[in-house]
Amino acid sequence: MTAASCGPTAGAGAHFGVVVFPGSNCDADCYHVIARVVGRPVDYVWHGESDLAGFDCIILPGGFAYGDHLRAGAIARFSPVMGAVRRFADAGGCVLGICNGFQVLLEAGMLPGAMLQNASLRFACRETLLRVDNAGLPFTGRLAAGQVLKIPIAHYQGNYFSGEQELSALEARGGVVFRYCGPDGDASPGANPNGSLRNIAGICNSAGNVLGMMPHPERASEDILGSTDGRLLFLSVVDYIEGRAAARRAAPATGGGGGGGSV
Amino acid sequence: MGLKDAEYERIVDILGRHPNLAELGMFAVLWSEHCGYKHSKLALRRLPTGGWRVVQGPGENAGIVDIGGGWAVCWKAESHNHPSAIEPFQGAATGVGGIVRDILAMGARPVAVLDSLRFGDPAEPRVRYLISGVVGGIAAYGNCIGVPTVGGELACDDSYRDNCLVNVMCVGVARRDRLARGVAAGPGNPVLLAGNRTGRDGIHGCTFASEELGERSQERRPAVQVGDPFIEKLLIEACLEALGTGAVVGLNDLGAAGLTSACAETAARAGTGMDIDLDRVKRREPGMSPYEVMISESQERMLLIVERGREAEVTAVFDRWGLEWAEIGRVTDDGVLRVREGGSLAAEVPVAALTRDVPVYDPVVEEPPYLRRAWRAPLPGDFAQGELPGAANRALTAILASPEGCAKDWIFSQYDHMVQVNTVVTPGADAAVLRVKELGPAGLAVTTDGNGRLCYLDPRRGAALAVAEAARNVSCLGAEPLGITNCLNFGNPEKPHVSWQFAAAVDGMAAACRALDVPVTGGNVSFYNETEGAAGRRVHPTPVIGLVGLVADVTRCPKAGFQAPGDVVGLIGPDGAGGGAGDGAGDGDGLGGSLYLYAAHGLVAGRPAAVDFDLERRVQDATRELARSGILASCHDCSEGGLLAAIAECCLLAAPGAGGAEVEVPAGGRVDGALYGELPSRVVVSAAAGDWPRVEAACAARGVPVRRLGRVAPGRIVARRAGGTQALVDVATGELRAAWAGALESLMGGARQ
Repeated sequence: MTAASCGPTAGAGAHFGVVVFPGSNCDADCYHVIARVVGRPVDYVWHGESDLAGFDCIILPGGFAYGDHLRAGAIARFSPVMGAVRRFADAGGCVLGICNGFQVLLEAGMLPGAMLQNASLRFACRETLLRVDNAGLPFTGRLAAGQVLKIPIAHYQGNYFSGEQELSALEARGGVVFRYCGPDGDASPGANPNGSLRNIAGICNSAGNVLGMMPHPERASEDILGSTDGRLLFLSVVDYIEGRAAARRAAPATGGGGGGGSV
Repeated sequence: MGLKDAEYERIVDILGRHPNLAELGMFAVLWSEHCGYKHSKLALRRLPTGGWRVVQGPGENAGIVDIGGGWAVCWKAESHNHPSAIEPFQGAATGVGGIVRDILAMGARPVAVLDSLRFGDPAEPRVRYLISGVVGGIAAYGNCIGVPTVGGELACDDSYRDNCLVNVMCVGVARRDRLARGVAAGPGNPVLLAGNRTGRDGIHGCTFASEELGERSQERRPAVQVGDPFIEKLLIEACLEALGTGAVVGLNDLGAAGLTSACAETAARAGTGMDIDLDRVKRREPGMSPYEVMISESQERMLLIVERGREAEVTAVFDRWGLEWAEIGRVTDDGVLRVREGGSLAAEVPVAALTRDVPVYDPVVEEPPYLRRAWRAPLPGDFAQGELPGAANRALTAILASPEGCAKDWIFSQYDHMVQVNTVVTPGADAAVLRVKELGPAGLAVTTDGNGRLCYLDPRRGAALAVAEAARNVSCLGAEPLGITNCLNFGNPEKPHVSWQFAAAVDGMAAACRALDVPVTGGNVSFYNETEGAAGRRVHPTPVIGLVGLVADVTRCPKAGFQAPGDVVGLIGPDGAGGGAGDGAGDGDGLGGSLYLYAAHGLVAGRPAAVDFDLERRVQDATRELARSGILASCHDCSEGGLLAAIAECCLLAAPGAGGAEVEVPAGGRVDGALYGELPSRVVVSAAAGDWPRVEAACAARGVPVRRLGRVAPGRIVARRAGGTQALVDVATGELRAAWAGALESLMGGARQ
């Protein structure tokens, strides 16, 4: 374990909230990484909650919210907390949906497109390589465009689909953040683990403050688990939030409550 | 209902009257072989169960062992063979659900699942249907509840064609001061039933599991339960949170024999009675009789005994998680289980009659005649000089492309093996390693091992080999074995040949556990794994060992694969030079019962080698010490497929650029024996050349043989006789990799779940 993983569970700086839906099962993992690896304050947010005041970043974790009955994320989008998450994002708060959290964001219409079952029709849990296609987001500030990250996937419905027009618009605005790729960064069909259109692994909204991704960065945040590439996402958003706060302190007159990301 | 005439008479004697239908149903389920251990109890008493770390031995929902720092590990395995043979997806899924609730009942958070699977020949479409259904069911359930599936086994043999084996182990971690027990203590305390509603599914699941499968077994489909992993996930969180209130006196899952078993067992453990009112049991459908409610095996239900007056603290937790609950009765002090419905008494039975008075049989045993025939059977001839290395290359490929020897990625990629972010060593090594976040660098090494072929040929030696291999597996990762649980899969115990196999296997297991100082913390027996009639099959006697080891520092576990070109490759343990003489065909060189004979020649023949326990223990001690020291670049158990398969695996699992080796195998004896014989007590290691003398010194200090075999050399696997020039094996690692990595996918023919 790294020294960072023994750090304090709470302290100053970016305040994270991890949403707990009934059936979430990566909530504790995200909590662990924020508290013990990233070393920032973090709290669980119950699905019945409708107020997210005080949080800087909300994580929608992986799992099977409401059992994924009907369709992954289809019921979770109606829970009270999702109304709050939408308002939070509209006000410029950072939202990260991981795996099931990504599926919930799609169902809630906060990100474009939909998920199909994996092309293999089997659950897929394994390491994947991701190419960074947009390094200008709150979540990707510590990454470089073209950089290759090693972050694992674990899902049954991660086959990203979207209409042709919507997809072109997404691409045109730099909304594709991560693509599955080979070691050389080539997003080839052979590197696609689930059949996603154009090897898409993660996308953002037009403001850039809402990111959805199928791979699990919290599973790649400690040396002992084989990769620390995922930690860079969390550290990036910490930089962004704490930098924004510092800028606000330095120039209190600008006001505005943080209007969106940096796309 | 599965009771014999004499057993019915015994019930009449105990009650002093004829039982009514509900009472008869309750006796039938608790006196079934599955719940009552009628044919196994006497033999199982021979297993060692004590140890200074053992907190809870057999008798509870699961065994518990102390791991220091105020924490304990809890694990148990259970079979779900019969349901999986009829309905593979739900049969396997509910197998996971059931064992997870057993761990939960001890107050532990489930942290890992392992699955030991055996099927017939995958060339048969129905076998492929079973494999993909079972794997799919385990995946669907385990992935949803957020417990990583980190290990297990796969073996295929025609003996399992009609009776597949699905054994699931769950491991949990708990604070020692938060452990729970399945006790209905404190007369007057309320009894709560929480989770799913009770329905007509799983009626008589355990009596179904206590008979041979036959043509009419498909009619037993209603005895197979249907699982809902979403509710299970909520139950895990709610029960652990409820235990945190301190108001829960006892906790028990509802598994085999449903409410009957949960009520009777918790009362029996506490020496109390229970009075329950079935009108309060929430049901899925109207019109269920008391008999049906008492023996339903509806899934995802837990029984809680709560401190009187503190019910609201507990029920608030279940309300918050959106789970239904009902107070269904009270603990009493008179040792009687009373069941009421509609204001009248539906059943009234002494708890002891259901649990303690289960008939115990001392079965007639008789050595099966096939045994000595198999020991004396001539083995196929050795490789001819002129056909080397081609024939030996083909044998190696056959071993590594067999269901037992091949890469299991097709299976493990369907399981979420990383959730909970503890999986330090992922599936595919000798054992999986999980960190325990609360214990700093310490963690757990977990494995399951069994070998039906070896046990068929010699149940005593085969069971001992399984225990030794499991302990050796975790030793390769530097772990100290803490104890074992077991799943004992056999045929019909009323047949003397089967009882003989069972008794011999238990003796072998007991001897190995004593010699290696590994206590048995719990277990499960599955009999009647055979089909009726002339074309009927009986499974190979298959004890499966589930072992947990304690790793002092998970950051220092050696890899299984080679790490750097030029490193010395060596063998710790007996080198088998000269072939050695034994008391049966192939037991001197480890060919008896070997995967080589099975995969390359289609033979289950010869006699398995005996374990020299004293040597085994010293080999494990030396291996563990070296694995912890950081000297070793790699460390891998040598078992199925023998020395060359182990070396090939080290190459297939190697770091980039280290996937190959040039080795010299000991001279003398049969070539196939030297390459593929399965002598026990052996470990393949590699180390930098400068470190090798330290490896030799550590082994010498413990009187353990060690032999330098060669070096890591990328690209090919080449083996020669010591001092010889002719290549016995010479194959490109890439060629072998294609066969090994693609085997399961091609065996399954792209099967869909």
